[in-house]
Amino acid sequence: MDMFINFLVAAVLAGTSLLYGTVGEILDQKSGHLNLGVEGMMAIGACAGFMAGYRSDSLVIAILAAFLSGAAAALIYAVLTVTFMADQNVTGLTLTIFGCGLSNFIGEYNITRSETGNLKLPEHIMSQLRSVHIPVLSDIPIVGKLLFSYNIFIYLGVIIAIIVFIYLNKTKAGLNLRTIGENPAAADAVGIHVVRSKYINLLIGGGICGIGGAYCSMVVCGGVWMSNSVNGMGWISVALVIFAAWSPLKAIGGSLVFGAFSVLKYYMPKSIITLPNAFYDMLPFVITALILIITSVKKNKGRMQPASCGINYFREER
Amino acid sequence: MAEQAVQNHEKFRIRISKRAEVGTKKAIILRAVSIIAAIIAGGLFIFCIGYDPFSVYGTIIKGAFSTQMAFQATVKVMIPLLISSLGVTLAFKMKFWNIGAEGQIIAGAICASYFALFHADIPHFLLIVIMFIAGIIGGGLYGLIPAFFKAKFGTNETLFTLMLNYIALYVIVWLRDGAWADPESGGFPKIARFVPNAQLDKVGGIQIGWIIGLILTAVVFVYLRFTKHGYEINVVSESHATARYAGMDPKKIMLRTMFFSGAVCGIAGMVQATGSDMTLATSVAGGVGFTAIIVAWLAQLEPIGILIVSFLFSVLEKGSSVMQSTFGLSPYCADVLQGIILFFVLAGEFFIRYKFVASGKERS
Repeated sequence: MDMFINFLVAAVLAGTSLLYGTVGEILDQKSGHLNLGVEGMMAIGACAGFMAGYRSDSLVIAILAAFLSGAAAALIYAVLTVTFMADQNVTGLTLTIFGCGLSNFIGEYNITRSETGNLKLPEHIMSQLRSVHIPVLSDIPIVGKLLFSYNIFIYLGVIIAIIVFIYLNKTKAGLNLRTIGENPAAADAVGIHVVRSKYINLLIGGGICGIGGAYCSMVVCGGVWMSNSVNGMGWISVALVIFAAWSPLKAIGGSLVFGAFSVLKYYMPKSIITLPNAFYDMLPFVITALILIITSVKKNKGRMQPASCGINYFREER
Repeated sequence: MAEQAVQNHEKFRIRISKRAEVGTKKAIILRAVSIIAAIIAGGLFIFCIGYDPFSVYGTIIKGAFSTQMAFQATVKVMIPLLISSLGVTLAFKMKFWNIGAEGQIIAGAICASYFALFHADIPHFLLIVIMFIAGIIGGGLYGLIPAFFKAKFGTNETLFTLMLNYIALYVIVWLRDGAWADPESGGFPKIARFVPNAQLDKVGGIQIGWIIGLILTAVVFVYLRFTKHGYEINVVSESHATARYAGMDPKKIMLRTMFFSGAVCGIAGMVQATGSDMTLATSVAGGVGFTAIIVAWLAQLEPIGILIVSFLFSVLEKGSSVMQSTFGLSPYCADVLQGIILFFVLAGEFFIRYKFVASGKERS
């Protein structure tokens, strides 16, 4: 039982960066943009968040920096795909190569200029990154550990997911955004400002991805700068969007499931089944591939990509 | 006051309109301008981090060409990039988003490696031919999977091929940790080095892959431009309905083209494993499959253009590897510069296809 609870806790920790990436990408896709640059935006957020935290010793500044830099990376994407109508796939891929390169470059640049030869977050910010301890709640057996024993990033991620869910489903702006994703010309015709809305949502989406990146560099790597800290999480996030059927709430569950996959190999009792580690690592991708196939076979309306996803909107071609 | 401002705003409002067909010459000039702008922007980036852009760019060029060995290394970087760019081009011509070159490279490499590891006693020439064919079949079949599901159920190929990349990668990990593990590595996870009999020959001090790459460039050029298949790909890319009306079978064309696309990428994998790595490493594709997409796109899906662009990218990549020793700068600089160049070209493309029109002027 203890083992199982530890497993769930580890799954939550492993799934958090995915949650940010997925929620960010959901906003992108809802605005009709298949952004393959999640990995890059996360990498830039990872770098900015870490470096800001390293210099300022403040978690708030680190998270803000991660958000803003992720949004700045998304701005490149938005300018190119929304205004300049460049190909979304190519732009996204470029953003990933550029973002990962820039992140690693700045990281190594700072390492060679540091006195110790490595970059370690200062003590104050590290203490802020430790698990919270809420009196009474955290002490409840099992539930306390399962729900109230994480660091601040986890709660922030869940809150962001819920806010985005409410935004998409309960607000006018969110409804407008979904219209844009399905049919930008129709949205334009009823007076929705398509370009502005796309910009705002792509930027916010990128910012959310950036925070997810900061989680990778600051928490997953234990406070020491490492190159490639995002390590494919952005790509899994793109996949998770499908698994979560474009719903931020399902993304919470989905990232938990995928987080569980990624730590499963450490917790699977060897007495039950022994599988090669590579199999566990492969599992999230196999399952996503299967989901892609199943959804396309069933043509389920509720589980479809927004219709205009991948197609740039050119007003004069309405 | 406010009203006047609005009116003024209306008057000088700028809108975007589609250009009429731009001449080739003008298009080339526009692209050259965006690349120059990109190089200047990259220089600014270098300047901002406190280095002299001219000496950094000079070092990159020198790092790629200065000695014979450096040049050979540049070509070695170029081989898989060129071949897989040609591969994805076949799919892209059909507007099939094959993001899975990475996986197809790996699939080809795995199949070829099987013979290199377990049938290395076959006579050299025959073995190379068998490995070549194995690479083709491995990559081709791996490319066929997403095409099959796309043709049958309309499965989104962008995301599906993306997933297949990772699945292929973990197949190598699985082989490396299990069935194909090198018993003499002392516990270090790796696959044994191929025996000399299973290694690609060298021509001019560089593995023979560069000749294969050049031949493939010509083959793809002819295939796309002068054969019935090439014509069919063009029609299918425009509209499946048109293709059907003309008596073509779009699904068959899609399957066939994706097999070829994957097969060419598979060759890239085979060449990289048997000619450069001399083993099956998890880094056999190492991001080349993604860069290939960018190269193919930059070259406007023209094989000759791909030859040039993949060479330039290789110069950048190889040249940047000496930055560490010269300036203490990380070689990731290459990725940053590549990204900057591409951002500019992507933006520049806009000015080839569209133009800004001040609507007030046009209406009056």
